[in-house]
Amino acid sequence: MLPLNATITQITEESPMVRTFFFDPGFEGLEPGQFVMVWIRGVDEIPMGLSRNNSITVQKVGEATSKLFELKEGDSFGLRGPFGKGFTLPVKGEKILVIAGGVGAAPLSPYAEAAFVAGAEVHTILGARSTGDLLFEGRFDALGKVSVSTDDGSKGVKGFVTDILKSLDVAAYDRIAVCGPEIMMSSVFRLLEERHVLEKAEFSLHRYFKCGIGVCGACCIDQSGLRVCKDGPVFTGVQLIGSELGKYSRDASGRRVKI
Amino acid sequence: MYTLTGLKLKNPTILAAGVLGTTGASLCRVAREGGAGAVVTKSIGPAPKTGHSNPSMVRLDCGFLNAMGLPNPSYPGFLQELEFAKNNSSVPVIASIFGGNPAEFAEVAEGLLSANPDAFELNVSCPHAEGYGAAVGSNPCLVEAVTAAVKDVVNVPVWVKLTPNVADIRSIGTAAESGGADAVVAINTLKGMAIDIESGYPVLGNRSGGLSGKAVKPVAVKCVYDLYTALEIPVIGVGGISSWEDAVEMIMAGAAAVQVGSAVYDRVDIFSEIGAGIEAFLERKGYSDIKKIIGLAHEMV
Repeated sequence: MLPLNATITQITEESPMVRTFFFDPGFEGLEPGQFVMVWIRGVDEIPMGLSRNNSITVQKVGEATSKLFELKEGDSFGLRGPFGKGFTLPVKGEKILVIAGGVGAAPLSPYAEAAFVAGAEVHTILGARSTGDLLFEGRFDALGKVSVSTDDGSKGVKGFVTDILKSLDVAAYDRIAVCGPEIMMSSVFRLLEERHVLEKAEFSLHRYFKCGIGVCGACCIDQSGLRVCKDGPVFTGVQLIGSELGKYSRDASGRRVKI
Repeated sequence: MYTLTGLKLKNPTILAAGVLGTTGASLCRVAREGGAGAVVTKSIGPAPKTGHSNPSMVRLDCGFLNAMGLPNPSYPGFLQELEFAKNNSSVPVIASIFGGNPAEFAEVAEGLLSANPDAFELNVSCPHAEGYGAAVGSNPCLVEAVTAAVKDVVNVPVWVKLTPNVADIRSIGTAAESGGADAVVAINTLKGMAIDIESGYPVLGNRSGGLSGKAVKPVAVKCVYDLYTALEIPVIGVGGISSWEDAVEMIMAGAAAVQVGSAVYDRVDIFSEIGAGIEAFLERKGYSDIKKIIGLAHEMV
């Protein structure tokens, strides 16, 4: 599949460093948690989680995202996907806990919405550095209970999502979906492991993608050798037991880099 | 059990270089879950390389285009991955290596020896890395010198992976054989390119790259067919193999074993499937051994 031409229809400023780019055409039949490869022509192609079936929500972190931030409505980028395996949707009546940190809220918001539509009871723990960085609070609010944590205490609990998680009876939930910075995810992982509920949990990982389609092997994780781009990016907690999560990842050359 | 340049393989299918070979764990997975008879690592060179910018691989209707640009952590950085693969997989692990000249090839081979790879595969065929790969592999004198340099420093089999992007692949195969190669591997990708007509940009970050998958199989079959006639050493066939029928065709052209690369896109366990398919075919046709069909096409006309 060559990249399709996606025209930017709208740009929304979510926070000073985070913008949502709506594009046309969107994707039908999206599995929440899947990703797309966004080609900023002449610069690079990067994986991005979909925040709706026609939007990506991007944090400005490097050369490619900086170039993306220079694009205006009416401009276009290349798009391949959706790729990978998303979150497992709950069935009617299930109680789900969504744990989102920073831009990790992007792939989790369509998941929480799909879960709500399926008839699940949704509780979200939403974390960010400060009030202005809380992403999609309104979208999560519309679905059920939202517990907020901010690093600086400007809203909700002062601290991390794990500070809220510690006070919950995690056994009461049927499914737990997690996405955010790896340090946060590994803290959540350890807590859920201690409480013996890893089989209910799913984590969306990020790794350096080269081919993005499951052939090259640049994104394989230890010790399973599973490919984040094709066997993931969403993995069950059980799949990640004893894995490299929270310890190291690999850079573009394949060298290990400490988290 | 099947013997190839002294290595014992449970079936004649091998994971091709550059595919799922960046980490020791993924090599083990291809052996364990995939059923490969042996695995080849990502090509490792003298210094860390990040490779070309993305897109580095795209799927086309007829195959795949890629220009990875030999990303690798260098031989010191790869040692722990190779050791992991050797310690945790029950199949032979072949180290694919590259360099810009005979001395660099020898340096990388020596640098990886402590991890005890079962063989080395010399990448003199990557079509899109300046100064490396096919830049070396289209010069017969250099191929012979590179092969001899590695043979001098290692005591395990040395395979040489050839590029089809030359006027006569037999002359390069002969050069590898003269340098002491234990086998040749044919082919690497064919030069190719794709352009995004909406913007006019070449799609690959490196602009052009190498074509693999279904489209290249007839080219690979012809190269293997020609090399089989020209060489005494075994020819390992690779290029567009995604089924046991493709593998049998390649073996009948003269391949002593086959490598599979892009086809892992569809399923990682393709190796078991091909291995079982070959076995069933041999039994159905009454061949006592795979050796009965290696190069069979040469005897027919």
